[in-house]
Amino acid sequence: MTSTTEPDKAQPLSTEQLSATTLLRFATAGSVDDGKSTLVGRLLHDSKSVLTDQLEAVERVSLGRGQEAPDLALLTDGLRAEREQGITIDVAYRYFATAQRRFILADTPGHVQYTRNMVTGASTADLAVVLVDARNGVIEQTRRHAAVAALLRVPHVVLAVNKMDLVAYEETVFAKIAEEFTAYAVGLGVPEITAIPISALAGDNVVEPSSNMDWYGGPTVLEHLETVPVSHDLTSCHARLPVQYVIRPQTAEHPDYRGYAGQIAAGTFRVGESVTVLPSGRTSKIAGIDLLGEPVDVAWTPQSVTLLLESDIDISRGDLIVPSGDQPPTTQDIEATVCHVADQPLAVGQRVLLKHTTRTVKAIVKEIPSRLTLDDLSQHPAPGQLVANDIGRVLVRTAEPIALDSYAASRRTGSFLLIDPADGTTLAAGMAGDAFATGDEAADEAKPAADDEGWDF
Amino acid sequence: MTTTVATVTEGTDSPYALSHLDALESEAVHIFREVAGEFERPVILFSGGKDSIVMLHLALKAFAPAAVPFSLLHVDTGHNFPEVIEYRDRVVAEHGLRLHVASVQDYIDAGKLRERPDGTRNPLQTVPLTEKIQSEKFDAVFGGGRRDEEKARAKERVFSLRDEFSQWDPRRQRPELWQLYNGRHAPGEHVRVFPLSNWTELDVWQYIAREGIELPEIYFAHERDVFKRSGMWLTAGEWGGPKDDETVEKRLIRYRTVGDMSCTGAVDSDATTLDAVIAEIAASRLTERGATRADDKLSEAAMEDRKREGYF
Repeated sequence: MTSTTEPDKAQPLSTEQLSATTLLRFATAGSVDDGKSTLVGRLLHDSKSVLTDQLEAVERVSLGRGQEAPDLALLTDGLRAEREQGITIDVAYRYFATAQRRFILADTPGHVQYTRNMVTGASTADLAVVLVDARNGVIEQTRRHAAVAALLRVPHVVLAVNKMDLVAYEETVFAKIAEEFTAYAVGLGVPEITAIPISALAGDNVVEPSSNMDWYGGPTVLEHLETVPVSHDLTSCHARLPVQYVIRPQTAEHPDYRGYAGQIAAGTFRVGESVTVLPSGRTSKIAGIDLLGEPVDVAWTPQSVTLLLESDIDISRGDLIVPSGDQPPTTQDIEATVCHVADQPLAVGQRVLLKHTTRTVKAIVKEIPSRLTLDDLSQHPAPGQLVANDIGRVLVRTAEPIALDSYAASRRTGSFLLIDPADGTTLAAGMAGDAFATGDEAADEAKPAADDEGWDF
Repeated sequence: MTTTVATVTEGTDSPYALSHLDALESEAVHIFREVAGEFERPVILFSGGKDSIVMLHLALKAFAPAAVPFSLLHVDTGHNFPEVIEYRDRVVAEHGLRLHVASVQDYIDAGKLRERPDGTRNPLQTVPLTEKIQSEKFDAVFGGGRRDEEKARAKERVFSLRDEFSQWDPRRQRPELWQLYNGRHAPGEHVRVFPLSNWTELDVWQYIAREGIELPEIYFAHERDVFKRSGMWLTAGEWGGPKDDETVEKRLIRYRTVGDMSCTGAVDSDATTLDAVIAEIAASRLTERGATRADDKLSEAAMEDRKREGYF
């Protein structure tokens, strides 16, 4: 049962909670000493998501080490190696909830050499929180975080100017940092930036509004997280359904049922709509949509559905169903930005597997035209190879045509993985098309990014 | 219009927002279908506990109106709650599923495993589990583990590659980008798959309530003979409790997790309905594992250490 139209009389509480709650995925980024753990700790603690036994465990270990106060970083550092070294070495996922919303937080380490971790966290995030120390202002690491958020096309970016208590809660300090960051991020095409002055340690503007900064009239971090829209660009998206699995019961009850199952990657699909199957180009009409066993007239991203088509055409896993007349180009030559995530390098001439939606094809790296330095966005031509945490442009030739959107148009059907065929290692995260949007495009969200504009490097 | 409209959430600016349960359900179904599309011999670990019951329910929805294309695997510690075994067998029969059982008792009887002095059989599950995976050549093994359960699990991937010894190496995990799950593995290796990674205990209960899923009765308040060990109420029984210095008393309790009787603690509760259980969990100041699992209290990194050895 996916409908809430038939409230179960025995469960008024849960039904009410269900209808009021949405899910926001967000990622945090900050340098080592910017207070990211403190911010995360405060969000978890003040939203009452840290329970007594977890706090007791932290206190026990902290005392055992001779520390006076409980070390809240222990809440988030889950591995032996992390606790031993006192650093976070990997993305962890945290969960907390308020009456308005459920949150999935990708807690990503801020270390320079862990760019891949921020890329991982940002890939599924609707929002990124970039932390800045008010005393230091916008530094190289801040620009790196903004660039990664822009590259991954995270729809909302929050600049949290932390440690305001150490600059006497001065409005001018905050305004200067916010202005500098916003100018930089807008230039990279970040569509929405919200700057919030906070003190994670003292609790100013994290969950509770600060009485120390009367000059600030905006939301607290939590208020903003609770109210930011999560499916903002649905209507401007091109509808896409990658076929995951063909459902054919072949039972007495369903002798002729043939459904194409998948999670809608973008946009909406309606019964009666004409669709085209890629890469074959065959066309049909949607005869029915099953939403996990229930027929519906319309379905949208990110629902997992099963499409039934009017005509019996050849469709299998890896195909892409799109509205006729709104097709992505099919191509064997992909130009993209990749973030290299493996320890072994990626070199020109290397044979790889390319996983795009539900389709995996053989591919070869034809060229690596440039490597990007995130600090100043300068490009280094023809590096020959990319190593861990490098970001670069690549040209990849695939063995079969794939139907590929630009990443600017669709994060889900414009992204891909490069995989080492020998051992299955994920080598790189790829984003098709231009690296960064232009400020003009960001200002006009409704307009899809053109392929031949923007920052190229 | 249609039922889809009824799931639209009010209070946001988009008519297309999904409720958080719909979003989690959709994500889990996507994961089940990815595995069905990419692997040869997947299996669902099924203990009869609420997480594995929710997994099975999601799998049934993911492939409807066709049958679930996976079999089930129960690691039987020999110290099960009879209500749970009865439930397991009934569900298997009802849906025409195939059940594999890996038995800790068989290993003990054959002298391949030795009973621990504390009587806890939970850590003994790892060997029968991993050997069954190898002998049946399972290449994808669904587990009901959630990242909110424990801090080592917070670092776990949705697709978690295991070597031929089923070992987990937290420092050599594949980054998980977008919804592009990489399930490539060499012969002998397998992938542990966690479709409920992003669910919390409360989500699981809310979903059970929304979907009207039946559970074993021990999840609801009932009177039972229990005794206290290490601060937890354990069920008295042939498995080895109570000892001489432990006294049995009848209490009104329920279980938050279902596992081996020797290490799964009950909580005092008068929650006899789903609604009451949800209210109780929402108000609880203890985590699920902190309240009910003795084996996680053994050391600071107990879960990480067991997972490294092949535990799920």
